Amino acid sequence: MTTTPTEADGPDGAGTDELPAPAAPGGGGRAQRVIAYVFGRLLTAAVSLFAVIVAGFFLFRILPGDPVRAMTEGREVTAEQREELRRQFGLDQPVWRQFLDYAEGLLHLDLGVSFQYREPVVDLILERLGPTLLLAGTGTIIAALLGLFLGARAGWNPGGRGDRVNTAVALFFWSVPTFWLGLLLIVLLASGRGFMPGLFPTGGMVDPGLTGPVERALSTVQHMVLPVTTMVAVIYAQYLMIMRSSLMDEKGADYLTTARAKGLRDVLVRRRHAVPNALLPTVTLIFLNLGQVVSGVILVETVFSWPGLGQLFYSGLEVPDLGLVQGLFVVFAASVILMNLLADLVYPLLDPRVRP
Amino acid sequence: MSAPTEPGLGTALSPRALARKRRREALGRFARDYARNRAGLFGLASLLTIGVLALTAPLFVDQAHLTITGAPGDSYQPPGFEYPLGTDNFGRSILDLIIWGARVSLTVGLLATFVSVTLGTLAGITAGHFGSSGGVGGRIVSSVIMRVTDWFLVLPTLVLAVALAAVLPRGTGTIILAIGLTVWPPTARLVRAQTLAVEARPYVERARALGGGHAHVMGWHVLPNVMPVVLAQTTLLVATSIIAESTLAFLGMGDPTTISWGGILQAARTSGAISAGIWWYIVPPGLAIAVVALSFTLCGRAVESVINPRLRGGAG
Repeated sequence: MTTTPTEADGPDGAGTDELPAPAAPGGGGRAQRVIAYVFGRLLTAAVSLFAVIVAGFFLFRILPGDPVRAMTEGREVTAEQREELRRQFGLDQPVWRQFLDYAEGLLHLDLGVSFQYREPVVDLILERLGPTLLLAGTGTIIAALLGLFLGARAGWNPGGRGDRVNTAVALFFWSVPTFWLGLLLIVLLASGRGFMPGLFPTGGMVDPGLTGPVERALSTVQHMVLPVTTMVAVIYAQYLMIMRSSLMDEKGADYLTTARAKGLRDVLVRRRHAVPNALLPTVTLIFLNLGQVVSGVILVETVFSWPGLGQLFYSGLEVPDLGLVQGLFVVFAASVILMNLLADLVYPLLDPRVRP
Repeated sequence: MSAPTEPGLGTALSPRALARKRRREALGRFARDYARNRAGLFGLASLLTIGVLALTAPLFVDQAHLTITGAPGDSYQPPGFEYPLGTDNFGRSILDLIIWGARVSLTVGLLATFVSVTLGTLAGITAGHFGSSGGVGGRIVSSVIMRVTDWFLVLPTLVLAVALAAVLPRGTGTIILAIGLTVWPPTARLVRAQTLAVEARPYVERARALGGGHAHVMGWHVLPNVMPVVLAQTTLLVATSIIAESTLAFLGMGDPTTISWGGILQAARTSGAISAGIWWYIVPPGLAIAVVALSFTLCGRAVESVINPRLRGGAG
């Protein structure tokens, strides 16, 4: 570790700077090493997933005490009804039995039943998955492009004016709570109060009453402007910082001197030689920071009433509907772990230096 | 044990006095280097101001006016002479709420940071120490700790913190715990890296050769040398924790009986002030969070650039 994490990993210091470790030395041929590497990563991901499942079980079944009491709080229930509920949720079984049932259910994609919606959690999640992917995907892509572009400019001339302005702006957006930025945008651009007209809708995904597919798509785009802006503003900073420090590490490399000696203009040296190499380490970090994207999407969806997983999570917290929250917890965590696995497996294909 | 300084030795100082002198000088150097960082000074000044305001708040904020029933004004009065930042839906002065809210927000931010820094430092030093000098058993312990750290690092912090806050009894202590238990992994990684660097130095080998045990090496030789890194990380973590606190409060996980910046924003949202465009209910609490978080970040970066000369002047 040669730089401090705030410089290397973006403002939050999250993320690791270790590249996928090469497989154990001295063993077998190349194919064998590749298999060992892939198998190692798969095993790590499997252990992590198992830990998530255990954590989900422990957090939501054991820690809260008696779920039946929580469910029936403030309502008149007889002792028989309570017993019936306990049987229905399998709470009369020993803990290990409950865990096995729960884990077996997960294998069948059975995430339990939402207490509030009276529907299987899986159905609720599938229903809301599309809007979330749309919002998070658009936001992440724009934020990554913007952050990498600005970061490359800032890192090429560290300490210069462009760098100082860019870093300061990024730092400011990073210091601002996501949800507040969203609230401000609503007050400013959607509430229609004061000097600004209500340019954008305050929430939702599509205006009700629209039927034509084109109309609906346009309306969705209009609804997306503010949530996407909020997401981008909050997460682009880390991409900027990652790219900046990655390019700064690359700056002293010999091949850049060679490129300059060939007489290439500075812009070309940066764009064709430095940036492509600096991009490589950012790939893993972008995947590693997906946890932040999940956090961002929860807040943005809550603020803008976007009908996705984040809002579902919030609606589960309000009640509280622990079955729903548990299911979403497992899904969020698992998706981040799988994305990381993907990054680990794809990275060696991109960067021959770390190939096993 | 400690013999008094021999009077006849003139200018010679006892080892202890020498150590004290050296420490004083190092501190002076640190202060001078820090003072050269303008952004860091700005952050420090704004933190001191806010800290003093929060501590002395009971002297000039009437607590009766902060209750819903004792609200002095009408609802949603725009900023004016009487209420510089306007009033909320109950008619409470928003300026008063902000000043009072600083107490909870800062307390939670600092305590949560303390929890996570302690956890992270313990995990980091243990993993680093036993990873480099603990035999097979030590390496297993070390790699288990790092696996757990990585697991926490990858998981979405907010989801984990919210889950903890949702299942534990509601209250400020829960918020502190939920944040403290979720934001420690970066510290652990950082401390582990630093520990490995320190343990490679010859004086640690000397201490070990002289019979220093694990606790001695970790406590006397490694800990003091990782402290500067921990200090910088702590300052940066307070910013994270304060934002996390406001986020949890905004999601309704906070203690509804206390006033915090995130809580004010949540109240603004649930009262419908957002879509009604009551900007003075929303701008001040968010700005307060941003200013405090930014100040801590500036301080942290200043400390970082003092202890890590590589960062000075940008390029390494």
